[in-house]
Amino acid sequence: MMGPQIRCLSGDRLHLHHGPIDLILWAEGAQVAQAYAQAIARFEYVLEELVAELDDLRDPVPGAFNGPIAQAMGAATVPFRPAFITPMAAVAGAVADEVLATMCRGSGLTRAYVNNGGDIAVHLAPEQSLTAAMVGAGSAQLTLHHNHPARGIATSGRGGRSLSCGIADCVTVVAHSAAMADAAATMIANAVDLPGHPAITRRPARSLKADSDLGDILVTTALGLLTQSEVAAALRNGYAAAQAYAARGLIAGAALFLHSQSRTLGTLSLAKDIEYV
Amino acid sequence: MTTPDKIRCDACPVMCYIAPGQTGACDRYANDAGRIIRTDPVVLLSKTLASGGRVVPFASRDWEGDPFPADAQITGIGSGTTYPDYKPAPFIIASEIDGADMVTVVTEAIFSYCGVKVKIDTDRFLGPEGATVRAQGEAIGHVTTAEYGSQMLSLGGVHHLTGGEKAEGRVTCAALLALCNAEAVELTIDQGSTVTVQAGKAPIVDGRVENRMRVGCGSATIGMFADQWQGLVDEVVVVDDHITGVVSEHQAGKVLGWADTGIKILGRRSTPGRYFRVSEPGLGWGGTSINDPLEILGAWNAKKGAREGLRLLMVSTTGEEFAYYELDEDLTPQAKAIPDALMTSVKLIDENCEPSLCTVLFMGGAGGSLRAGVTQNPVRLTRSVQARHTRLTSGGAECYVWPGGGITFMVDILRLPPGAFGYVPTPALVAPLEFTLPRTEYLALGGHVAAIKTLAEMMREGGAYATGARIGSDREGLR
Repeated sequence: MMGPQIRCLSGDRLHLHHGPIDLILWAEGAQVAQAYAQAIARFEYVLEELVAELDDLRDPVPGAFNGPIAQAMGAATVPFRPAFITPMAAVAGAVADEVLATMCRGSGLTRAYVNNGGDIAVHLAPEQSLTAAMVGAGSAQLTLHHNHPARGIATSGRGGRSLSCGIADCVTVVAHSAAMADAAATMIANAVDLPGHPAITRRPARSLKADSDLGDILVTTALGLLTQSEVAAALRNGYAAAQAYAARGLIAGAALFLHSQSRTLGTLSLAKDIEYV
Repeated sequence: MTTPDKIRCDACPVMCYIAPGQTGACDRYANDAGRIIRTDPVVLLSKTLASGGRVVPFASRDWEGDPFPADAQITGIGSGTTYPDYKPAPFIIASEIDGADMVTVVTEAIFSYCGVKVKIDTDRFLGPEGATVRAQGEAIGHVTTAEYGSQMLSLGGVHHLTGGEKAEGRVTCAALLALCNAEAVELTIDQGSTVTVQAGKAPIVDGRVENRMRVGCGSATIGMFADQWQGLVDEVVVVDDHITGVVSEHQAGKVLGWADTGIKILGRRSTPGRYFRVSEPGLGWGGTSINDPLEILGAWNAKKGAREGLRLLMVSTTGEEFAYYELDEDLTPQAKAIPDALMTSVKLIDENCEPSLCTVLFMGGAGGSLRAGVTQNPVRLTRSVQARHTRLTSGGAECYVWPGGGITFMVDILRLPPGAFGYVPTPALVAPLEFTLPRTEYLALGGHVAAIKTLAEMMREGGAYATGARIGSDREGLR
């Protein structure tokens, strides 16, 4: 069995890998080496900790959790019930939050992030800000500032590693933690949907991943052609969910993408003038 | 029948139970017919291995297994890449080939500037030259100039991949990926047909499988078979959407002394016995829209040789469609059962027609930053490839390198092992690429010396990332 693996990437970044977890870490400021060492030491046990409580983490109505990451996953997903959600919807964000918190403890970092496959926890010292680029239709930038409480970014959608019940190409959410952004992005992406539409192919989650916490819930496996007004309708459904979550203070902003259309809410605005190759 | 079992994967503490055909939580390990395999192992080719592959873990800590075959040749498949960094490519291997100390630089290249050229062996009209080709409604390429016996499509390219809307890029990338991995892709052509393309398989045009290439145009067919028809029949018309041939008027017939028959063809005469445009392009006889071949005949002229009992064979250029007639007392052709002796020559046409196939050539350019993973002076690598000192292969398959600037190559995707192509969300395709050159040449062009490992070292320690290795037989045997 392979243990956690660590390697250095360009730009003074760190890549931590263990099983299904791939983290990219970056930090600047004072005591960066110490920060990385703390993160590495914490990472050693992350996967085993989660595996110990995996059955409960896959449960839509779990009891209390022991480990700090598991507790954070439970807390981040509770607000979305009674809709179906398990703590696993927040796993990537919660791991990012925990490793970041450990990394920043006692070190004088000005800025740092832990990026867990697109679910990102950010640290900012006073006066600091960090800009993330979103690459895709209407490329956008989003900037987090120290004087605004948002510290987590997450993206969910049909094409990612996780299974989705909806048809969004992607949904990106900004929230006060990566765990909350992760759970919210999952739920908003699920809501971008056209129930019963013949162009959407759905199969039970278990037929794709036998261990899935979604069990026999139908997930989207293919999407055919939609008219522009159908795309708009699906996005309206997702937008309504995002608005409801924002009204409850769960998220700071969201961007929803489906085919050539998009909707944004809150702190996320899209600018089309960014070039990339 | 018992259901196949899930297998426990022990690559990490999650210890997933993986059902057959599925991957674990990491998507890196899968249950393939009852075995846990890496989904992205580096592929090594061995001519000495008869068939079937086996997977061995690559990292030395966990590996106990048979030694690799001595002639194992590394390919780029599964090697990963560090694009857009300028770090050395994932594997730079030194091995001995024919006593010469060789270096092979192995990487997966990311191509946003790439596409495929598709050759579809059919005369069926697919669409006008220049027409847009679409997948799922998005423009992904166009119909380019036709070749003999084949229609040609040019698909992909940087503008469809990255210059249009996100949907166009995404669909273009997905279609290219599917074509390069020898999957069937349905394409629609503006003002033309729907065609399902799959490398190595017959094309399916508007729902019909196209089985045959024509042996030649109508005129060529007459030239090839006129002497076999003589004496068995009085007139032969070979129906084709380009040139329809008539044996009694044709040069080949004249040389053999064919008598005039008074036949009248409704079409534009080119040279004797050769007619253009007897019909519109379509899905009927010989690539025309004709279903009843008598449509192309006008009235028979008794003064020019037409008589009761005159025997007429009409056949398409693939031999798939044919009909036999005899003129009655009004000089009207009446359909009759075809004589056995004549059937032999019709079958001969059929036999000479090759099966219709689709061919997919991946075409791409090895861009700037990729070359920097090989050498510190990238233009020297380009010159070395152009001078044929460095051999370029893709997944171990020989490539055609275009003359002129840059490293632009084409490769028949069927020559690569299965699943060799991948993609990244840019969108861009990922394809394996190997540069093989003598070690002295490698050093002379500024290759990354410190990154060289021997094949034995790499098999012990793995490459930049701990990975698995899958040994397959030589590519000819893998398909």
